[in-house]
Amino acid sequence: MTVEALSAAEGGTDAVASAPPSGARQVWRRLRGQRAALAGGAVIALFVLVAVAAPLLAAIEGQDTTSYHAGLVDSASGGVPLGTFGGVSGSHWLGVEPGTGRDLFARLVYGSRISLIVAFGATVLQVLLGVLLGLAAGLGNRFLDGLLSRITDVFVTMPALIFAIALLAVVPDGFPRPVLLMLVLGLLAWGGIAKIVRAQVLTLKSLDYVAASRLGGSGPWRTARRELLPALVAPVVTYAAILLPSNIVSEAGLSFLGIGVTPPTPSWGQMLSSASTWYQADSAYVLLPAVLLFVTVLAFTVFADGVRTALDPRVASRLRVGTGRRKQAKADAGSSGTVSPEAVASGKVSPDVAEPETASRKAVTGE
Amino acid sequence: MTRFLLRRLFQAAVVLVVLAAVLYACFYLAPGDAARLACGPKCNTAQITQIRGQMGLDDPVYVQFWHFLSGIVAGHDYSTGTDVLHCPAPCLGQSYRTGELVTTMIGQKLPATASLAFGAMVLWLVIGVGTGLLSALRRGTVTERLLTGFTLVGTATPVFITGILLLLVFCSWLQWLPYPSYVPLTEDPQQWAWNLLLAWLALALVEAAKYARLTRSSMLETLAEDHIRTFRAYGVGERAIVVRHALRGALTPVIALSALDLGTMFGGALLTETLFNIPGLGQQLVQSVQIKDVPVVVGIVLVMGLAVVVANAVADVLYAVADRRVVLA
Amino acid sequence: MSAVSDGNLVEVAGLRIEFPTEGGSVRAVDGLDFTLAPGGALGLVGESGSGKSATAYALLGLHRGTGARVSGTVRVAGTDVLAAQDAELRRLRGGVAAMVFQDPLSSLDPYYAIGDQIAEVYRVHHRGSRAAARARAVEVLDRVGIPDAARRARSRPHEFSGGMRQRALIAMALACEPRLLVADEPTTALDVTVQAQILDLLHELRAETGMGLLLVTHDLGVVAGSVDDVLVMRGGSAVERGPVTEVLRAPADPYTRALLSAVPRVDLRSAEGEERAAAPVLVKSPEAPVTSGEGGDVLLEAVGLRREFGKGRERLRAVDDVSLTVRAGETLGVVGESGSGKTTLGRMLVRLLDPSAGQIRYGGREIGGLGEKALRPLRRDLQMVFQDPVSSLNPRRSIGESIADPLRAAGELSDKAVVARVKELLERVGLDPDWYHRYPHEFSGGQRQRVGIARALAPGPKLIVCDEPVSALDVTTQAQVVALLAELRRDLGLSLVFIAHDLAVVRQVSDRVAVMRGGRIVESGTVDEVYDAPQDPYTKGLLAAVPVLDPAESAARRADRRELRSVMVTAP
Repeated sequence: MTVEALSAAEGGTDAVASAPPSGARQVWRRLRGQRAALAGGAVIALFVLVAVAAPLLAAIEGQDTTSYHAGLVDSASGGVPLGTFGGVSGSHWLGVEPGTGRDLFARLVYGSRISLIVAFGATVLQVLLGVLLGLAAGLGNRFLDGLLSRITDVFVTMPALIFAIALLAVVPDGFPRPVLLMLVLGLLAWGGIAKIVRAQVLTLKSLDYVAASRLGGSGPWRTARRELLPALVAPVVTYAAILLPSNIVSEAGLSFLGIGVTPPTPSWGQMLSSASTWYQADSAYVLLPAVLLFVTVLAFTVFADGVRTALDPRVASRLRVGTGRRKQAKADAGSSGTVSPEAVASGKVSPDVAEPETASRKAVTGE
Repeated sequence: MTRFLLRRLFQAAVVLVVLAAVLYACFYLAPGDAARLACGPKCNTAQITQIRGQMGLDDPVYVQFWHFLSGIVAGHDYSTGTDVLHCPAPCLGQSYRTGELVTTMIGQKLPATASLAFGAMVLWLVIGVGTGLLSALRRGTVTERLLTGFTLVGTATPVFITGILLLLVFCSWLQWLPYPSYVPLTEDPQQWAWNLLLAWLALALVEAAKYARLTRSSMLETLAEDHIRTFRAYGVGERAIVVRHALRGALTPVIALSALDLGTMFGGALLTETLFNIPGLGQQLVQSVQIKDVPVVVGIVLVMGLAVVVANAVADVLYAVADRRVVLA
Repeated sequence: MSAVSDGNLVEVAGLRIEFPTEGGSVRAVDGLDFTLAPGGALGLVGESGSGKSATAYALLGLHRGTGARVSGTVRVAGTDVLAAQDAELRRLRGGVAAMVFQDPLSSLDPYYAIGDQIAEVYRVHHRGSRAAARARAVEVLDRVGIPDAARRARSRPHEFSGGMRQRALIAMALACEPRLLVADEPTTALDVTVQAQILDLLHELRAETGMGLLLVTHDLGVVAGSVDDVLVMRGGSAVERGPVTEVLRAPADPYTRALLSAVPRVDLRSAEGEERAAAPVLVKSPEAPVTSGEGGDVLLEAVGLRREFGKGRERLRAVDDVSLTVRAGETLGVVGESGSGKTTLGRMLVRLLDPSAGQIRYGGREIGGLGEKALRPLRRDLQMVFQDPVSSLNPRRSIGESIADPLRAAGELSDKAVVARVKELLERVGLDPDWYHRYPHEFSGGQRQRVGIARALAPGPKLIVCDEPVSALDVTTQAQVVALLAELRRDLGLSLVFIAHDLAVVRQVSDRVAVMRGGRIVESGTVDEVYDAPQDPYTKGLLAAVPVLDPAESAARRADRRELRSVMVTAP
């Protein structure tokens, strides 16, 4: 028994069941109230700024990403950078790469570009595909829905990383890798968002206000545009916010495996990959991209959490969802107390937007 | 139940055939000559032509695909020019590079992958479910905040970062553990576990964060349900309520998800295997992709796909067994 | 002092309950006092938000650990509930005072057999073997009228019907022979026939075991036959209390009087009912004669209408060979319990659902098979008012825009004319025209239902199907909305199809009525024919089950029901 449940039972369930309209202003107000989310947002803004200003920053330091500095590494020990913390100095702010002596600061700031561009691009693709296919499945007839849902299931269940690897192998080497990564991630990991959009559309379709719109003489398109689409904005934005960090990790993972961004183009994952052979001798080289990646993903995750709370305060409060489930149980009782396997399957693959780890994991690295 | 299983089996078969077809199409329609790859860089045109004939690469794509599919069911005989290599069903073809049968290769790599998957799962279930339950039952305390922080960090750390950090700390700095190199269980169980420990931990920490979140939210939701209130209202103790009435409902999604994840793990934890140098399916896949050894790639991806599809069906069944209200149809 | 405590089973003094919320705390109960003698029965009656359930929960200390602030004194069988140790409280719960909840399905653990759940509760309070506990479970299940109790004890809750589940929950309450039974809306989720059975069961058990009963309900009809004393709550405090006969026959407080007069009466004719219910709202037109509509032309006609869902073995015939006519200007009531197919029928009549077979003729033209495009010109004639005031309005659009939607879709009026028309409609349904730009969450359930009615009126329909339009509303609001519908019908010459499970409400508004069961119409005719001289045994059972406000009448009906039950087996 919870307070919410009690007050809901006593004070009329109406107040809980109908969310206040989420105008942009209210969302912003709720987002502003969360300090962690704001901090996350600030970190993201900083990284975006660094990525945009990468050439400028490298120029200020006076280095580039590709020049070898053989004099800064100890060839006797196999190429370990000379000096402390991986060769930190006034001209190489974060030291140099072992073996080659390339400047780490320049490579890191340029690397952030790849990470962010690939992640943003892939997310946009995933959202576009997912929303389109989810809408088509939710609004289409039974045959179309069945077909699209099966296809979606395949994409949700298949480990995207393995597919990505297989696909990356067959594309000619000349194809620009970042674009390729974007396409591969985008084309493979849209399943989760499609499922959510479809489920949302199906729920909305059964609501009385949609029926009322039909009775009012609206055609299917007018009903969809006026009654359905606005309700999809919040879940889609929420899900996109969760997809972004997972795409950053995916890109890094693929590059880490040596099938993503290829040298000499710098990327955090690719730097980690080469660092994983150097960690015994030069731990600074490992820690730099690792920490950056960690901080970025953490910032995005925290920010996504905040966006979720701001867009739908009810979902954020698990306890209130509990009262909602009671209604569900009642509805189920009508159909002789059984739960449809679809409901469970969707619950299993992705309980709801509030607990999207399961779905996003598919988009991530499969591990 | 039987009907459900049969239907799932049929669906799984369809998914796998489609998967194979897509992979086939990708590899065979993509630029690059398989025969040249198979033969190596020093081949002359005559040799390549000969190999093309042997491999059946001159046949139309759908004929090749059909040979591949029929090989899975009925086996296949490969002529190597001089003698015949029999590949018994289920035949997944032979490696371009080594000429080894793909099934044999997979058989060799499977134990390492299984070792990694099972060990990691035990760990992540213990850590994840434990953390999730504790933070659900200690709501509003410092413990909960700490655990929430831990799960957040876990969620935001990719497995290769955790892995590198573990290696750095335990092997490089503290030197408590040797740099891992895989020892089969059958050879030396103690060394097996010792060498896999860090890989298990790396995988488990990431997964545990996910499981902690799921367990926590699932537990809180269950505790807020009406039937829990009923037993509270009848004087049943809090411990009995949690153990008898909340745990089962709360853990049902956790168990179903574990089945799914185990399937994915069997598909190979590529990053972990690569980082910790574990000779499993994932590592083999990455290597084969890099040298474009197509039959091996297709074979491994199919086996991984099979694992995932089977795991999905198992998860559904587990769900239905745990929650009798679910009707399988 | 202690002598007094021993004397009463329940003593509540100065009870205050506050729930913390985001915008400050909400006081649910504000200074409530009452007592209940051993073996007595008290009804706690109030509309939603009156604090009645919160009070019931306080008796068992169920607010503990929820963040709610409870103060005052609550003493149950000598135990100071608010001050008691946890262990002491656990002994009280179930052992001395047992609670029956509203929703029997969610209130039982879905994973365990019902017998095991009862046995578990028994073992909390009694030492004894598992076998003894299980035997006790079977015994109480048998006592509450579960047939073949020994076998059914092994079933899980979802294998029981709604009424059986509520019986099982009552059996759980009986298991430890408590001195007090707290029943929180025990019959609200049930059909009227099942409700009567459960109330009869509670009555019998009380007579047999001598336990006290605290019955929490919103339904004055439910308390009439079930308790000795009644306490009417409003906004967290008591407005009136006394013996049930006195309070119901001669209420002293104006709120109680309003509440009582708002309760629709199954034994009253429509004219009387309408007049009484219309009292609180302004009546615009002079009292028009209540025509039975006999003279009107046939507006809508259904012939052999059928609708199936699912396929194969799971095929369900929701509506089965239903024929009916609606004449211009009349109200056709459709009554039925849950699962009778009445909602499916209503949705087919306005062509939200396609019939599987049969015809729908509107103005003589067959429309049952028309496609969506061909239907569009007809849509404006056939409108619907929905049951759920929450899901029937888009939370993201202002109510004005929701009402304007059909007008804009038609595209005939200028923007200015649309807004003017919407404001006119808002006024017509008793809302402030300036609320055009407000959102649904700012309105109460009754107000939202008015918005829904305005939206249905917007295209200028000939017929409105009202699907349970008042079942989600409190009784006073219910009366106002029903009166509004009746008034609109008169003034605008509308035809209504009024679908409801509540027989009394249907009687109040309908000219003719059709009784549905299992997808078929079992009886139809004019209201007076059906209500005063029912022919079908199902209709008879249904009418006998309706709770009435007069305690003496209620007792008489209980006797009738017992007789009826011995003659025939009522619906499960």
